[in-house]
Amino acid sequence: MTATTADAPPPELRLPKRRGVELALLVGGVLISVFGYAAVGLTHDGAVPPDVAGYGAGLGALALLAHVAVRFRAPYADPLLLPIAVLLNGLGLVLIYRLDLETPRDQAAPTQLVWSTLGVALFTAVVVLLRDHRVLQRYAYLSVAAALVLLIVPIFFPAVNGAKIWIRIGGLSFQPGEFAKILLAVFFAAYLAANRNALAYTGRKVWKLQLPAGRVLGPIVAIWLLSVGVLVLERDLGTSLLFFGLFVIMLYVATGRTGWIAVGLLLAAVGAFVVGSFEPHVHSRVQDWLDPFASIDAGRGPGQLAQSLFAFAAGGMLGAGLGAGNSILIGFAAKSDFILATAGEELGLCGLTAIFLLYALLVARGYRAGLALRDPFGRLLAIGLASILALQVFVIAGGVMGLIPLTGMAMPFLAQGGSSVVTNWIIVALLIRLSDVARRPRPELVETGVVAAAEEEENR
Amino acid sequence: MIRYIRRAAAFCLLLLVALLVNAARVQLFEADELDDNPANRRGAIVRYDQPRGNILVGGRPVTGSKETGEQLSFERTYLHGPLYAPVTGYASQTYGTTLLENAEDAVLSGTDSLLAPLPFWNEFTRGRQPGGDVVTTIRASMQQAAYEGLRGRRGAVAALDPSTGAVLALVSTPSYDPERLSGTGAAVTGAWSRLNASTSMPMLNRAIRQTYPPGSTFKIVTAAAALDTGAVTDADAATDTPSPYVLPGTRTTLPNEARGCENASLADAIRVSCNTVMAHLGVEVGLDGMVETAKKFGFNDSGLRIPSGVARSNFDTDMSEDQLALSSIGQFNTTATPLQMAMVASAVANGGDLRRPHLVDRVTTNTGDTVRQEGSQSYERPMNPATAVQLQRMMVEVVENGTGSNAAIDGARVGGKTGTAQHGVDNSGLPYAWFISWAQAADSGRPAVAVAVVVEDAAADRADISGGGSAAPIARAVMEAALAEQE
Repeated sequence: MTATTADAPPPELRLPKRRGVELALLVGGVLISVFGYAAVGLTHDGAVPPDVAGYGAGLGALALLAHVAVRFRAPYADPLLLPIAVLLNGLGLVLIYRLDLETPRDQAAPTQLVWSTLGVALFTAVVVLLRDHRVLQRYAYLSVAAALVLLIVPIFFPAVNGAKIWIRIGGLSFQPGEFAKILLAVFFAAYLAANRNALAYTGRKVWKLQLPAGRVLGPIVAIWLLSVGVLVLERDLGTSLLFFGLFVIMLYVATGRTGWIAVGLLLAAVGAFVVGSFEPHVHSRVQDWLDPFASIDAGRGPGQLAQSLFAFAAGGMLGAGLGAGNSILIGFAAKSDFILATAGEELGLCGLTAIFLLYALLVARGYRAGLALRDPFGRLLAIGLASILALQVFVIAGGVMGLIPLTGMAMPFLAQGGSSVVTNWIIVALLIRLSDVARRPRPELVETGVVAAAEEEENR
Repeated sequence: MIRYIRRAAAFCLLLLVALLVNAARVQLFEADELDDNPANRRGAIVRYDQPRGNILVGGRPVTGSKETGEQLSFERTYLHGPLYAPVTGYASQTYGTTLLENAEDAVLSGTDSLLAPLPFWNEFTRGRQPGGDVVTTIRASMQQAAYEGLRGRRGAVAALDPSTGAVLALVSTPSYDPERLSGTGAAVTGAWSRLNASTSMPMLNRAIRQTYPPGSTFKIVTAAAALDTGAVTDADAATDTPSPYVLPGTRTTLPNEARGCENASLADAIRVSCNTVMAHLGVEVGLDGMVETAKKFGFNDSGLRIPSGVARSNFDTDMSEDQLALSSIGQFNTTATPLQMAMVASAVANGGDLRRPHLVDRVTTNTGDTVRQEGSQSYERPMNPATAVQLQRMMVEVVENGTGSNAAIDGARVGGKTGTAQHGVDNSGLPYAWFISWAQAADSGRPAVAVAVVVEDAAADRADISGGGSAAPIARAVMEAALAEQE
């Protein structure tokens, strides 16, 4: 700091709200989606789809609704969160519509649009109704109870494609595990925030590991084991991996104990090995991952993972262009678990990198809100929600690209799946609320001009 | 807590970096290998995503494409499929391509860089052009005449323009309709197995892919060697040949079917087809001389393409004298494709200059712009021009006063040579009837056509099989069509 500025009177502190930036980015996101939609039609049928204006208007209206809610109820929220969500959701609709062209009898895009609308409606409701995130702390035990119920209920419903993770009522079906992950994050955040000192500073030391006291750690480990156990029973390995990672990250952030990561990884390795060796459904996934082309050598033609790898390879650096690929060859689950393969084939490594960076920005902004927040619950919740996104992207993207064994999960916002889209919109709504609180100026500090110094103090 | 949040954020970043590195691995470094995986259908889908270019005969396409709405959209159709099958081959989604469909596949499927507006255009855009057309040298009337002539029999016809090497007719019977192999599905696989199981081998291209013992038609090669090496200086002078002739180093005697062969002149030996004289002359010329001449005519060339690959015609390079004697009359291990024997006739007709046979006249874009023109190229000069003139006279004698009288055409100079080839263990198989010939219109300065016909008619009475009886009339029909074309 130079002498001149030091001598100057403290400037009027008016933290920027950046709502105009958000609006501009939203317009950009909607336009990119509309252009993508038109490009699919031009490539595939030689004409712009007749309902392109309707698609643009619909997506624009959803974006505007969400923007208005944020502008009036969360004016200090991070301006990047909403545009990224709209762009990913719009891109997902384009990709699903593109795959619908190959399956005339199975149209998924209209349903996805309905779910997206519901998602944005819930987003708006959360932003409008939840004025302070700390309210959620009160409902921690209600959350965990609801989460467990949601997780257990699918056991009583028939399995769909090998996994018992669906609830079907009438024509509607949804995955309760998707909602459970938010509830569980809320519970973890609340419990860890309340007990972090006890977890960090009490307990016995075994070799180099400082283990926390059992009465503090017990309940949360029990809840966690129960959730993961139920998911393993339901063969939803992706979500159990997600819950596992979420728990380890939040525990680490709350306590700062590196030892927990070691213990966690060890447990994960043992668990993964046992399940991967003895559970036939998972075992076949692991075999597929080790040798994606085994079914070709056996004369049964390429399996899903092989087809997915073919799709990515066909995309190369620049991609075949929207509507010009053949990722429908993946067949079943092309629109849901394997949607990224279509992105990889038609948008290439460049497009894929852009999509990954969008997710990275979303996660980074969640973490940033966590850093700026002052209450431990808010921090842990923000980090938990951001980590859910990061882990989910890693697990499913790594799975369809042969980096890790495949586990059925939805690419956030992109993939076909109602419960997934709705859940992700709620996650973004919560991040909006958290970032609004994080960036909102505190009157007492603004007046004295010691915001920076105070935050420095808090962050120790 | 801040420090731990930052570390957790770094962990998430690590996950993302792992994804990006892995994406680059799959999409850039392993992409070629994955693209080339035989189970990857993308290559086929792209390939059949646009109509295939056409193969043209006489300016009109003999092929077509139809859209099926299936995953491999465009299927090949053929007009007069069986007639042109030995030219076009087939283009099948299931069984790949053969013959011209195979040799000119890059043009027909639109990947050939010649079709692109700029160099490296296809590589840059990763795209392809609309399929180009392949204009053949085939004459429809001649093809038709040959096909009609062979109707109901097994055999083949190859006709060349002696002065350019252009292939004017290429027929093999019995034939098949390549359209039945287009596309996918049970109908295609059923047709494939029926065609392959058929004892008459309809998919065998007998004109360029099957070799037969050439029999007496090979005597033209022997005669050329004898005249060029000086073994015979006067074609009309008597040769010192006994009849029957005892094969050198053996007690085996070689008989003649014809009469008057004792000490017959070369010209007479050709006219009435004396085995003894020609076997004797082959021995006189010697192995080296015979091999050299045979090679210049195209024997032992395994790389000949028109651009469809041509089977190698054989003249052994390591033989005892008795084997050489038999080889010199087109027996023993001597074998030839019909195209090879048409080349022999065309070299004689063209004054000793053998032109390289070619089936493609030019290649055009789908809008008709020529992007490649095949010119006439010399293949070899298997004999001196003077030798060619003498051989022309002898071959005309065969038609006018010898075994080939069935090939005579009013108002044209026609030279020919018959052949009846023994084959099988102890010559037990039914002989093949051969006829090679050329024709030149009386008022023309250059020969119109050289033809080789082979008929392997298993059902015919053995006595009936002779080059003059079975094969010469077919050759005449083809030559008449050629002369009519020339007018």
